[in-house]
Amino acid sequence: MVEAIINGLGGLIIGFQTLFVDWRNAIMLLVGFLLLYLGIKKDCEPLLLVPIGFGCILVNIPLSDVMGPEGFVRVIYEAGIATELFPLLIFIGIGAMTDFGPVLAQPSTFLLGAAGQFGIFLTLLLALALGFPQLDAVSIGIIGACDGPTAIYVTSKYAPHLLGAVSVAAYSYMSLVPIIQPPIMRLLTTKKERETVMKPVARPVSKTTKLLFPLVITILGGLIAPKGLPLLGTIMLGNLMKESGVVARLTKASENEIANVTTLFLGLCIGATMVGSAFVKADTLIILCLGFIAICLDTVCGVCFGKILRVMTGGKFNPLVGAAGISAFPMAARVVQKEGQKWNKKSYLLMHAMGANAGGQVGSVIAAAVMLSVLAGMGIIR
Amino acid sequence: MDNFTFGLTMLICGMGGTILTLWIMSLVMSLLGRLFPEKPKKEEA
Repeated sequence: MVEAIINGLGGLIIGFQTLFVDWRNAIMLLVGFLLLYLGIKKDCEPLLLVPIGFGCILVNIPLSDVMGPEGFVRVIYEAGIATELFPLLIFIGIGAMTDFGPVLAQPSTFLLGAAGQFGIFLTLLLALALGFPQLDAVSIGIIGACDGPTAIYVTSKYAPHLLGAVSVAAYSYMSLVPIIQPPIMRLLTTKKERETVMKPVARPVSKTTKLLFPLVITILGGLIAPKGLPLLGTIMLGNLMKESGVVARLTKASENEIANVTTLFLGLCIGATMVGSAFVKADTLIILCLGFIAICLDTVCGVCFGKILRVMTGGKFNPLVGAAGISAFPMAARVVQKEGQKWNKKSYLLMHAMGANAGGQVGSVIAAAVMLSVLAGMGIIR
Repeated sequence: MDNFTFGLTMLICGMGGTILTLWIMSLVMSLLGRLFPEKPKKEEA
């Protein structure tokens, strides 16, 4: 009887006995708290960092079984991450929330969205040079898409062991765009360039064009890069629902309930991949550094492309707009507007930047789709 | 395939493919804009 009681009580303290057996779990518990602090106190992507931080804490408590074969997070992971379903559901919501009007009013801004993807491929080269395996390098490079769901989609498929590091890097740097971009924009442009006033975009876009846009992009993109069709198709489905105006309930559900539930599960699963033994290693730090470089390179290439457009238009283009050609929508556009206003109170770059930013949104998905199709063409993936 | 060849192929085909795809899309969007321009709203009598 007494022995049974002692054994029973022993079961209650076994967790404390193993608390510091693996120091990496203790570090990751602190990382979990740091993510929660950033999300709650600093308002830094709280919708993601709070579930990620909590998932990180859950999985690093000694003897935690949440990611065990029958653990509840493992069940969610297998259902939504391993199947790549969650990023796609989020993309429907993103499509339903995004207004592609500014990019349709000025289709040439699509090209700014392309320039903002250079970071993906240059970072891939860097990762390869640092000795990462080819598919790991692809997943690291995709951080440069500045697009969380795309990064998760590609990484969960081809380098699931890097999912935690890549996701945290992608979302953290996305939220740091207002801090990372302005110094680079100032460094690469002259005062005269930054002060350039651009004419407002006056061309209205018809409803027919807005309705045909998602359909044409899906078919065209699907023909060119079929491996990325799930990414492109879901974002365009959301946009078609929004622009059609006849399925308001579905649109509302996509951008609210579905996106919210998926974000919660996605964050929890990402956090749960950050188990100490797999996360606390030099490679994670290198991935975080490479992710930072990727976002910087995106901005550098975007601004440089803006400078080329300035030359081509005889000085009428403000190169700051080029920095908005990334997927962080609409944050990057706001950064450009704020920076432009700082140098010239008469400069209103927002609509131009929104066009480039919407182009960046499509551009990041196209870049990932093209990348996957090139990999398939090379026989590296099936 | 060695890493150098792989990286260079990805850079050329990947970035080239992305630019080309987005350029084609911008052309198609321009065409759509011309084919279906916004009609001015008729003023009510």
